Amino acid sequence: MKAYMGIDVGSVSTNIAVLSHAGEILADLYIRTRGRPLEAILAGLTEIAGLLPAEVEICGCGSTGSGRYLAGVMIGADVIKNEITAHAVAASIYVPDVQTVLEIGGQDSKIIIMRNGIVTDFAMNTVCAAGTGSFLDQQASRLNIPIADFGELALSSSAPVRIAGRCTVFAESDMIHKQQMGHKLTDIINGLCEALVRNYLNNVGKGKEILSPVVFQGGVAANAGIKAAFERALGLPIIIPRHFGVMGAIGAAQLAREEVEKTGQTLFKGFKIAGLPYRTGSFECGGCPNNCEIAEIYEEDRVIGRWGARCQRWDVL
Amino acid sequence: MPKVTFPRMGESYRAFRMLMNDLGNEVIIPPRPNKKTLDFGVRYSPEFACLPLKILTGTYVETCMSGAELIITSGGSGPCRAGLYGQLHKKILNSIGFPVDIIVFEAPKSHPIDFLRKVKRVNSSRLSYLAIWECVKRGWEKLKYLDDLEKTTHALRPRELKKGSTTKVYREVLEWIDGAYAMKEIHEAGKEALNTLKLVPHDTRRAVLRVGIVGEIYVLLEPASNLEIEETLGNLGVEVHRSMFLTGWTRDNTVKETSGILSVKEAAMPYIPLCIGGHGRESVGHTILYARDGFDGVIQMAPFTCIPEIVARTILTRVSREHNIPVLTFFLDEQTGKAGMSTRLEAFVDLIRRKKNAPVSDNRIIVG
Ligand code: SF4
Ligand code: SF4
Repeated sequence: MKAYMGIDVGSVSTNIAVLSHAGEILADLYIRTRGRPLEAILAGLTEIAGLLPAEVEICGCGSTGSGRYLAGVMIGADVIKNEITAHAVAASIYVPDVQTVLEIGGQDSKIIIMRNGIVTDFAMNTVCAAGTGSFLDQQASRLNIPIADFGELALSSSAPVRIAGRCTVFAESDMIHKQQMGHKLTDIINGLCEALVRNYLNNVGKGKEILSPVVFQGGVAANAGIKAAFERALGLPIIIPRHFGVMGAIGAAQLAREEVEKTGQTLFKGFKIAGLPYRTGSFECGGCPNNCEIAEIYEEDRVIGRWGARCQRWDVL
Repeated sequence: MPKVTFPRMGESYRAFRMLMNDLGNEVIIPPRPNKKTLDFGVRYSPEFACLPLKILTGTYVETCMSGAELIITSGGSGPCRAGLYGQLHKKILNSIGFPVDIIVFEAPKSHPIDFLRKVKRVNSSRLSYLAIWECVKRGWEKLKYLDDLEKTTHALRPRELKKGSTTKVYREVLEWIDGAYAMKEIHEAGKEALNTLKLVPHDTRRAVLRVGIVGEIYVLLEPASNLEIEETLGNLGVEVHRSMFLTGWTRDNTVKETSGILSVKEAAMPYIPLCIGGHGRESVGHTILYARDGFDGVIQMAPFTCIPEIVARTILTRVSREHNIPVLTFFLDEQTGKAGMSTRLEAFVDLIRRKKNAPVSDNRIIVG
């Protein structure tokens, strides 16, 4: 059976998805990157290979996310794409007439505006934590509540407490204040969900024309409280695709499929690479005062990729 | 011989160095802004100062360490901090122990006497005004060739057959211009450089995307301050058209011909009827002209906390919608990383490519 694989290497998680020729998900996977993308990619490949039925043959693969180049040279990707395009492509597989994609991950968030199937506008936030999943993670651990329960608890609140602050630090002190004032825990949690949504809409969503259908994806979409808060804030229904957590990988797989349809063959090196020795190294160039920190990746003692140079000095491998 | 230096903006230092030498000064060449420059700049500038001020502080510290005694720069026009740069830099540098002086040239039209007095100060060889004029003309000629070369790279890079070949040849031929001195030599070297650059193997029929670049002048002209955005875009298959060159927009006929009689100011008029300082009005005006000329998109480069560009950015949201042209804004500061920028650039290029290839429809575009 023909299939296409996408791999999305982010700073928090590494996701892999395998799509069949008919577009169904044959296997998907979400693992923590823990700041070690190389290990995460190798572990992910081994695991996904085990999940796939034997007759599956990978006819194309693509990579996305901040570690897309690393993943790309390791697996032999047919396409290496930025996260915006990958997420947009994935959303339109499930909701072909999607006009807005809200994506909130653990460490970053984005909004993508689409019209007639193409991206017309986007914004990304990689700096401020207040509009991302890590905001909720932090508050959950402060309140000593597993993050998985957050959504349900938020939904059981009847009146959210307004948590002030555009920034996690302010939000945290305000939350403590509200706790001391004796507000119900569920209302506080609901208030936190609203604060995140407010921050997101004020930050990445600023000036964007948010029209229905709205698709909400990324790890935080698991949280029903956030979904409800978005619906209240926007006054629009929110669609959460079934594989909301691995949409970047799905997009990369779809893009790989389009690519091999053009080229006629895949560059995929096969799952056997999971057994090869890889290592990374880095050095300071010193060729000019920029002193770029050059990162390298070796496959069996052969350099297969380099990053970090601000000139072309290290382009030739 | 007094040791002088000046801000670095792209390759223009090659022309200024010649001029200052001719007037009898020793020139301390400002280094290309790098990590060290930024470190100094951040350490010695007010935290919320705009990026150009910080880079210049760093550049000056580096040149002062090499012995510069006099800094020559230009003033700003309109209500914006650029007008205070000179004084502020002098204060900062003096306070950290460099006894430098700064000469700020204001536009000669509005301050003619002041201008001549300053010319006299940098004229260490006591040349006659006529002789100075000759030197200025040669410097200007060099500048024009430098700008033409850079423009040529913008057109070649997206079409080159071998990645990186344009940049490589460009680096080489720049040195030829540097070596030329007499007017005749400058013309010879300039023409030869242009011809050689155009020989870089490229595919003239390749369909490329065209993107206009607008924004604050310093971050437009100094590639090190904008993370080499033009080169990055060129490598993504985009022909960039920068709205500002030191030798002026007016020389550029490609756009002038097609945009008819409308000037940048006139184009911006319905949105910004007065001068807001910096290049805010130009950013808006140029975006409108780019839209009229059928460009595929516009990128705005703005220093973080730059008021004129923040104002322009707000207006560009509307311009983008009303003129149906995608606009992407980058706010640059010392923390801007190349990886994040590349991601957004790639996404933007995908966006405009898909828009271009999509069947004509009423796609409405807003700012990114
Ligand atoms: S990689 Fe290039 S820009 Fe970076 S330090 Fe080396 S020579 Fe300089
Ligand atoms: S135009 Fe912007 S960057 Fe330049 S001085 Fe003014 S505020 Fe600063």
